[in-house]
Amino acid sequence: MDRDLLIISTICFLAAVVRTGVALRAGVFRPGRFTFLAIGLGFVFQTAFLSIRGHALGRCPLTNLFEVFIFLAWSVALIYMLVGPTYRLSLMGAFTAPLVVLLQGFALIAPIDVRHSVKMPANPALEFHASVSLVAYGAFALACIAGVMYLVQERQLKTHQLRSIFYHLPPLTDLFAAITRLLWWGFILYTIGIVSGFFTGRPLPRVQVVAAVGVWLLYAAILQGRYFRRIAPKRVAALCIIGFSVALTLLWGITFSAQTHSVQ
Amino acid sequence: MNLFCVGLSHHTANVETRERFAGGARAESTLREAGCAEALVLATCNRVEVYGASEKRVSTDEIAHCLLQNRELSDRGHSETLPFYRYEAEKCVQHLFRVASGLDSMVVGETEILGQTKKAYQSARTSGAVGPCLHRLFQRAFRVAKQVRTHTEITRGSVSVGSVAVDLAQKIFGELGNCSVLILGAGETSERTARVLISRGVTDLRVSNRSTDRAQELAQRVSGQAVRFDQWPQQCCEIDILITSTSSEAPLLTPANLGPVLAHRIDRPLFIIDIAVPRDVDPAVNEMEGVYLYDIDALRSVAEQSLAVRRQQIASAEAIIAEHVADFLEKISRELSRASRITGHPPVADSSRATQL
Repeated sequence: MDRDLLIISTICFLAAVVRTGVALRAGVFRPGRFTFLAIGLGFVFQTAFLSIRGHALGRCPLTNLFEVFIFLAWSVALIYMLVGPTYRLSLMGAFTAPLVVLLQGFALIAPIDVRHSVKMPANPALEFHASVSLVAYGAFALACIAGVMYLVQERQLKTHQLRSIFYHLPPLTDLFAAITRLLWWGFILYTIGIVSGFFTGRPLPRVQVVAAVGVWLLYAAILQGRYFRRIAPKRVAALCIIGFSVALTLLWGITFSAQTHSVQ
Repeated sequence: MNLFCVGLSHHTANVETRERFAGGARAESTLREAGCAEALVLATCNRVEVYGASEKRVSTDEIAHCLLQNRELSDRGHSETLPFYRYEAEKCVQHLFRVASGLDSMVVGETEILGQTKKAYQSARTSGAVGPCLHRLFQRAFRVAKQVRTHTEITRGSVSVGSVAVDLAQKIFGELGNCSVLILGAGETSERTARVLISRGVTDLRVSNRSTDRAQELAQRVSGQAVRFDQWPQQCCEIDILITSTSSEAPLLTPANLGPVLAHRIDRPLFIIDIAVPRDVDPAVNEMEGVYLYDIDALRSVAEQSLAVRRQQIASAEAIIAEHVADFLEKISRELSRASRITGHPPVADSSRATQL
């Protein structure tokens, strides 16, 4: 039943992707209400899935890699719903939907929804640590998407080849401001997530700590470069993409190692 | 009621001819005296058209006569072939929808025509020259124009060099109110571009020219500030947009002399519009990070791309218009049938409904 909700949610996000693709091919790309509604509906089904799964588990649904991916996709959609209309980045939906489809599609296809034979006891501190960290990942994901948008826009301005999408993308300075804000949000949430990790009452595996601190340092370096105006905006945008790719890989590694550890 | 459109436009007549028939303040009332139950004159720099509804047919010559500005011209006008076109019923509806949507304009997709049409409609309505027939026709035309604009890319991009430059500036900086602009060379094109920038909110304008007097003159005209020519390289640290149009034979701006300037403004883009021939800026400057260089050819190319896209969109726009023309005629036809049932007159045959609205 809960997986059905997830499939419907993925279809909603896919509808936004298809609609954008068709509009791009026809050369009449424009961000409309449809994309926002499709993402909004997808978000509702995601939330329903997580809620049912949470009730079944009696805790925050972050017990395996499958749930982590879905929670991450949910965080991305959540941050988009908060940031998109605020910073007039409605077009971001066209870029957000493919990422969510990718995350959820992979989670649905890959055999990673491994249920634990023993019911794990609830640990509010651990759940807070995991959920805040994943929402931070959502902000980093959106910063990555804004980075892609920045590079697309920048490339078109440099090469003088202005395609349909050019007229619907926000100005470079607005995109850069959005990237900066998202990086700060993500960084603050991630810092809270890491610090709260030390108060979970459980010993933390060294690999996880090193990986988490590594990601934190990476984003701290990007923000420091931005703050002291040592890194050009284009590089900040590129670093957001690299940073999120690294963070996602490490998240996978952390969750996978934690899962293996708990199975053993 | 016969619905018709008589007019001349940039397609059929030169500007001298259009001026002669531009119609006066009394044109609409003269047309009504000539037998038009309803009349509306749409006079712009590219067209003079009369939209009318009448019980009996009003000839094109009579309408042309009403449009002539004075008797002297009127006498001369009768001895020559007038370049007027005439559309009736369905063709008239279709023509108005095309005009309002900018498909019949000199620059396809321009939006100014819609404003001009609305103004002409308001003026005719105020003077009582517009009745229910033209009212419905024009209201539908405004709806069609809006739909065409929303559902196609017919108005996308700019098609003049000055507007393209300003659009690009907005795509880089967003609001232009906080941007500083340096005009290098007091040429006519740079002045025009600067004026478009001012109209979009730019307030900080600096002008530099080899001749200080000319720099001061232009600075006064655009409410800017004159800068000595030997000081312009230092200004590049502070400005956001540089417009160059000097007559220098060698490039003034190269990667070598711009590099140190960029080091001080790593997080701020620099938009350079080089409209000089020969060019003032080395094309290699465009390869530098944070610099967006557009010379006159690049700006023209962007304008042409926009125009090409607009032309591609004509078919989609025509489809929307055709749909509305059919729907509009069907509604009018239904109303005529209903009216004939109420009054007891025999219903009008389908074939003649199209010509008799």
